[in-house]
Amino acid sequence: MSKTDNRLRRHTGLLLVLAVGMFGFAYALVPLYETFCELTGLNGKTAGQTVYSAPQSPAEDRQVRIQFLAHVSRGMPWEFRPTEGQLLVQPGILYTTEFYVRNRAGQAITGQAVPSVTPGQAALYLNKVECFCFTQQLLQAGEEMLMAVTFFVDPGLPEEINTLSLSYTVFRVEPLQAPEVVKSL
Amino acid sequence: MSTHVHTEAKSRHPLLRFASRWLMTTNHKEIGTLYLWLSFLLFFIAGALAMGIRAELAQPGIQLVEPDFYNQLVTMHGLVMVFGAVMPAFVGLANWMIPMMIGAPDMALPRLNNFSFWILPFAFTLLLSSLFMEGGAPNFGWTFYAPLSTTYGPPSTDFFIVGVHMMGISSILGAINIIVTIFNLRAPGMTLMKMPLFVWTWLITAFLLIMVMPVLAGAVTMMLTDRHFGTSFFDASGGGDPVMFQHIFWFFGHPEVYIMILPGFGIASQIIPTFARKKLFGYHSMVYATVSIAMLSFVVWGHHMFTTGMPLATELFFMYATMLIAVPTGVKVFNWVATMWRGSMTFETPMLFAIGFVMMFTIGGFSGLMLALVPADFQYHDTFFVVAHFHYVLYPGAIFGTMAAVYYWLPKWTGHMYDERLGKIHFWAATIGVNLTFFPMHFSGLAGMPRRIVDYSLQFADFNLLSSIGAMLLGLTQILFLYIVIKTIRGGKKATTQVWEGAEGLEWTVPSPAPRHTFETPPVIDHDQAH
Repeated sequence: MSKTDNRLRRHTGLLLVLAVGMFGFAYALVPLYETFCELTGLNGKTAGQTVYSAPQSPAEDRQVRIQFLAHVSRGMPWEFRPTEGQLLVQPGILYTTEFYVRNRAGQAITGQAVPSVTPGQAALYLNKVECFCFTQQLLQAGEEMLMAVTFFVDPGLPEEINTLSLSYTVFRVEPLQAPEVVKSL
Repeated sequence: MSTHVHTEAKSRHPLLRFASRWLMTTNHKEIGTLYLWLSFLLFFIAGALAMGIRAELAQPGIQLVEPDFYNQLVTMHGLVMVFGAVMPAFVGLANWMIPMMIGAPDMALPRLNNFSFWILPFAFTLLLSSLFMEGGAPNFGWTFYAPLSTTYGPPSTDFFIVGVHMMGISSILGAINIIVTIFNLRAPGMTLMKMPLFVWTWLITAFLLIMVMPVLAGAVTMMLTDRHFGTSFFDASGGGDPVMFQHIFWFFGHPEVYIMILPGFGIASQIIPTFARKKLFGYHSMVYATVSIAMLSFVVWGHHMFTTGMPLATELFFMYATMLIAVPTGVKVFNWVATMWRGSMTFETPMLFAIGFVMMFTIGGFSGLMLALVPADFQYHDTFFVVAHFHYVLYPGAIFGTMAAVYYWLPKWTGHMYDERLGKIHFWAATIGVNLTFFPMHFSGLAGMPRRIVDYSLQFADFNLLSSIGAMLLGLTQILFLYIVIKTIRGGKKATTQVWEGAEGLEWTVPSPAPRHTFETPPVIDHDQAH
């Protein structure tokens, strides 16, 4: 009888451990998902760090359309738009475009732009040499400015991708806060 | 003084005695009964919400309910049906039948069993109370996608979160109990491959529950901390990703779909051999098919998310993996049909429901294959075609399965035969109701009618009116079902021990009604005991 009791207790314990483990697995999915997306660029997050290496030999016979989009997050009183709707670019050549931003509020606000590329696979091939999204912006009340992004498209961009969109969303941040976000961009 | 206490205990009010009997019971049959009645009650509540949905959709325009309340109806209907009606009904059947089918005296952990059940009424009181709160009930659909449920969720979302946690705990504990019972309390000689298929399918379901309910708990916990404790798992402004919510949710959600159908497969596999008076065709392949369906269910969640901007390679993977599930499911349908082939069939009510299950579930399976095709899914996504699909698998699958089981085992539970004539009326009315309600939704969906919206374009009016008439009929038939069950409990023709001529298995060797305690000494299993 006690042999059965021990077995019961062991099985119950093992199954409880399995349940707790699966609860942990749900949380483990978060870093797994992020790592997976970082490696593959699947969720449109660009690789992040500044690319210093000079572009390789440009692909002469290829043109790619880049569309620029700008959004502000909910409750962010900024006006934010690209100065050019789209550009035809040659992979491997550096381009610079500018985004217009104005603080419509009566107080200084700090913003952080977060880029996203569609289709997701293209994210790894869009290299930013310089970008306003690498830093936070502090805009005084009513202040306006132009923010530049310098980039090139890697000539290795898969053949079937002819158009990609680069979208920025500006989020309101407390100054010098959210270092996590900045690091991961 | 001690005599005073003594007499008081003896002459307790009958109401108190009744309450303490049901509150403190550790008997698997009584707990099974509690589960079944609770799920029946919640089935009617969720059904009433569905009547509200169909009444509003009977005509284009906004007649009866505000759009926000419509969204609450849709959300609560889904949540209560999934977690309140289908899952507790199957757990109730498991409680009643598994110990009797494997020759065990009770569940292995009877107190835990009582605890698992009594969490549920409180969980659903919490969830349903949100309907009466300021700001309304949850209105983001049963899938509670972020940011609808995080940034934009009503205040009552927190009640929903705690409710889901409690249901999850109940399911996990119930599942642990079932597995431990099956692994430890089988009668000598009842090897795993001699177990009835209902026991097998429940064993696999229990493993699915233990593996995915904690993931659901994780998802709602992340929601809770996102809402109140400054995390940003699903909030892009803090570096999170709302699409990740969908991945986590559907990692739970797809196995959940099989949790709601596998016990139904088991029920059909018990009933069809009985009324075909033949052994189940392909017992081993049934077991292996169930195991493969359960394993595949962990790698197909992406088919709910084809339109989220997945890359082609991922879409292809999820598409092929999903279509692969059709193979073991086809094996099962083939086996059921082959069991009936040249059998001496009779068509009592449980058999009618079981055959209805096989036929209409298969229709739902086919529309599922259509939805699994990536290019086609872009058209079907979020239309009424999807609503038609999952109601065809859930209503004739989970609900007809449960009803078949209730008619099949009710004589064993109550000792009385149900009214066969009323049972047949119930079956045919429900079958007409199901098809009238859900078949037109295929067409309105293919024509582009979006789901989860209170109003629709005029061209969908006729299909929707048909659906609404069917839904009202379907609702009425379930009141008939309630009447039949109560009538059977109160009286009727005495049931024999075997009840059905072709019935085989241990549960048919105990008297009808089954006494409170069965198999206190383990039964002897014949060498070639039926499955």
